[in-house]
Amino acid sequence: MTPAAAVKITTPTDREVVMTRVFDAPRGMVFDALTKPELLRKWLLGPPGWTMPVCEVDLRVGGKYRYVWQNAEGRSMGMGGTFQEITRPSRIVATEAYEEYWTGGETLVTTELVETRSKTTLSTTVRYASRDARDAAIKMGATKGLEASYNRLDELLTTQT
Amino acid sequence: MKPSGYSLDATFAALADPTRRAILARLANGEATVTELAAPFDMTQPAISKHLKVLERAGLITRGRAAQRRPRKLEPRPLAEATDWIERYRRIWEANFARLDAVLQQLKSKEKKTVDALLEDVKPKPKQRRSK
Repeated sequence: MTPAAAVKITTPTDREVVMTRVFDAPRGMVFDALTKPELLRKWLLGPPGWTMPVCEVDLRVGGKYRYVWQNAEGRSMGMGGTFQEITRPSRIVATEAYEEYWTGGETLVTTELVETRSKTTLSTTVRYASRDARDAAIKMGATKGLEASYNRLDELLTTQT
Repeated sequence: MKPSGYSLDATFAALADPTRRAILARLANGEATVTELAAPFDMTQPAISKHLKVLERAGLITRGRAAQRRPRKLEPRPLAEATDWIERYRRIWEANFARLDAVLQQLKSKEKKTVDALLEDVKPKPKQRRSK
């Protein structure tokens, strides 16, 4: 197998985080994988050991989506939002909020898909409501909660390389 | 453990400017005075001082005590916190996207099978050839 394409992360403004990654598939296919529950469940899992028992997507403007992840110890984490813009297969804009206390409030997530020679560049822009909100999310994410899971992920990544 | 009191936001904002990144790169080689820091740039000393203030507020640099010279030096911790967060975020998403790669491969092979099956239906059947 070819080595995995790198995820690029940038912080273009003080309220945004942008993540970019190239996929070896046409964008219609990537769009499906981002929006169909039966496909989302296979990959959108975060740290190892987590499953996604709830994955509901009402793909239309004003429609809602909700994801709930769960680990072996029964801890769960929920997230959801509302679609604001859907242009298949190139663009999705949706609000996003975690249901737990530890994140920085609601964010606006813009997903863009650009296809070149049957490869798709996926870019995800997360815009936080305020500078403080991004700050909080970053600090919490860096210091709390998922620490142990991240360590397991580190192990997994090390054994795979 | 609680991270430092510096705002990561200030760290990212401070890093968003090429002059300030160049100053940090210079300070990574050792402390330097304002005059020394200003030398490589086509900028007035007050302009450089402004950049230094931003870096200081973000906790990225500090001033030495040596009376007149007051050399600036790099503070590694806030920078490490910022890159640490990005690194964790990146790893989580790398794992997700590696799984997404696998899903897309499955979709592609499924699509290929469908297309092959369709082609098989429309094209005239070739004569059976046995190679063994």
